Amino acid sequence: MSSAPENNGRRRFLTIATAVVGGVGTAGVAVPFIKSWNPSEKAKAAGAPVEYDVSKMTPGQLVRVKWRGKPVYIVRRTKEVLAELENGHNDQLKDPESVEPQQPDFAGNSYRSLQPEFLVVLGVCTHLGCAPTYRANDFSEVVAGVTNGFYCPCHGSKFDMAGRVFENVPAPTNLVIPPYMFTQSGSLLIGVDKGDA
Amino acid sequence: MLTSIVNWIDKRIPMTDTFNKHVGQYPAPVNFNFWYFFGSLAMLVLVNQILTGIWLTMNYTPSGEEAFRSVEYIMRDVEYGWLLRYMHSTGASAFFVVVYLHMLRGMMYGSYQKPRELLWLFGMFIFLVLMAEGFLGYLLPWGNMSFWGAQVIISLFGAIPVIGDDLTLWIRGDYVISGATLNRFFALHVIALPLVLVILVFLHIVALHEVGSNNPEGIEIKKPKGSIPEGEKAPFKFHKMFTDKYDIVDAVPFHPYYSVKDIMGVVGFLFVFCFVIFFAPEGGGYFLEKPNFEPANPLKTPEHIAPVWYFGPFYTILRVVPDKLLGAGAMFGAIIMLFLLPWFDRGSVKSIRYRSLAHKINLIQFCVCFVVLGALGTMAATPVANFIGTVASFGYFGFFIALWFYSKNEKTKPLPERISH
Repeated sequence: MSSAPENNGRRRFLTIATAVVGGVGTAGVAVPFIKSWNPSEKAKAAGAPVEYDVSKMTPGQLVRVKWRGKPVYIVRRTKEVLAELENGHNDQLKDPESVEPQQPDFAGNSYRSLQPEFLVVLGVCTHLGCAPTYRANDFSEVVAGVTNGFYCPCHGSKFDMAGRVFENVPAPTNLVIPPYMFTQSGSLLIGVDKGDA
Repeated sequence: MLTSIVNWIDKRIPMTDTFNKHVGQYPAPVNFNFWYFFGSLAMLVLVNQILTGIWLTMNYTPSGEEAFRSVEYIMRDVEYGWLLRYMHSTGASAFFVVVYLHMLRGMMYGSYQKPRELLWLFGMFIFLVLMAEGFLGYLLPWGNMSFWGAQVIISLFGAIPVIGDDLTLWIRGDYVISGATLNRFFALHVIALPLVLVILVFLHIVALHEVGSNNPEGIEIKKPKGSIPEGEKAPFKFHKMFTDKYDIVDAVPFHPYYSVKDIMGVVGFLFVFCFVIFFAPEGGGYFLEKPNFEPANPLKTPEHIAPVWYFGPFYTILRVVPDKLLGAGAMFGAIIMLFLLPWFDRGSVKSIRYRSLAHKINLIQFCVCFVVLGALGTMAATPVANFIGTVASFGYFGFFIALWFYSKNEKTKPLPERISH
């Protein structure tokens, strides 16, 4: 026991200083624990861009490509479908002008694509992540007057051939358009757009 | 010899004293009925889950490539592996059956009311951790329903504005649910949450023994010290922790009276539990869902994604709200309402036996809505189901709102002084 007189101010200072240093230390130690939950370098590498040669696709055909573990739908839209997107059913859509940021800037048009002919869209319903079914030519069974579209079997969400969501379904937004670009040779590269390249 | 060993220990740690305080000389009301089985049964199921869980980890491989195969290996090649797994999977459903009934008991007899609010809160945290355990554990077999169920629930976090996408990426540890997600779910399921669970159960019991058990009459067995003549006190030796402060009436020591009675509950429970394990381990597709017998496939959504039955009520509430963020909010809100039950109920009469007709009707309609919501949660979403689900959701939330209003000036029956027996 020291015989020095007790100094409350000094004690308080030391208590607070200890608490602050301890708090900063705890916060610092939390960083590796939290950061270790981020995608690893391996996962990031597996998420690299995917290439697909679209020149062999026939009109109306849908191809599923896996990118970052998610299904990407590539559809070569027919002239009729493109005409339908032009005029048709905007009044039945939640977001016909693609105001919500569900697509890269280049896809802010009524086709939601780089080239009108090709739709490139994530096959993941924006409601709860199911895979919508491509209904070619019999979509009018679920939406009168629209021949082609996507119908989600889980909770009944409906999307047109530009991945735009219809009114009165659980899905809140249009389907997501991934970043993509066409290479010099004309094949499709999913995961990067010209801005990144 | 034995006495001297006990004495040696008791001088170093309060073994006998703790046993007496919580078991041998713990005063329990004389009038417990079968509803009081479910607390001890929950403990039994917890032990079952921990034991079978530890044994399952001995053969399970938590990786995207091996998980599904290792479960099949347990089922086919490990001696009695099928039994251990079915005990664990059936135990999960049994846990919720028992806990839901345990909670209903608390609601019927007002066991959440003052002074047992904290006891109720610990119980609710246990319920929350159990739901997390159920959810995390369901991913581990890496079947297709495991995958898509987790997909749906994790995507709920994506509804949170601004941080949603980064948060879901952080939870998954990948751009999609993958082996990375599986491994962290495994760690949480087998280590982190069980530790939390055991601590919460400990706190739940400490809190229970501090305030004392409620009973079907909702009448306290602890009377003010000195208010009861010697001949009317319960004729047993109770621990001084209780008798120093109170005169105890209409009570028996927990052991041997209720420890033995609980064995009867255990026998009845095991009868049903074993029947399911041996004759209906898949529970008709409700305990183990059919799509889970094929491996996880990110490119193939099961035709109809349904949660396991015990999440049904909350899943339906999520589904009937057309907006994703509000739906998730309503789902969590439904659980928060339960947490706040002690404060929604402003009455002082505990047991339903002495409460108003309005309260009886309200509790019955709540139970009906809960069951209806649960049933709808396992079915496909049709417009009719959505309509019924919406009505039942209003019934669920309405229970709490109505309770808050009528409980202030409720017309209750006069409470007797003592438990009549």
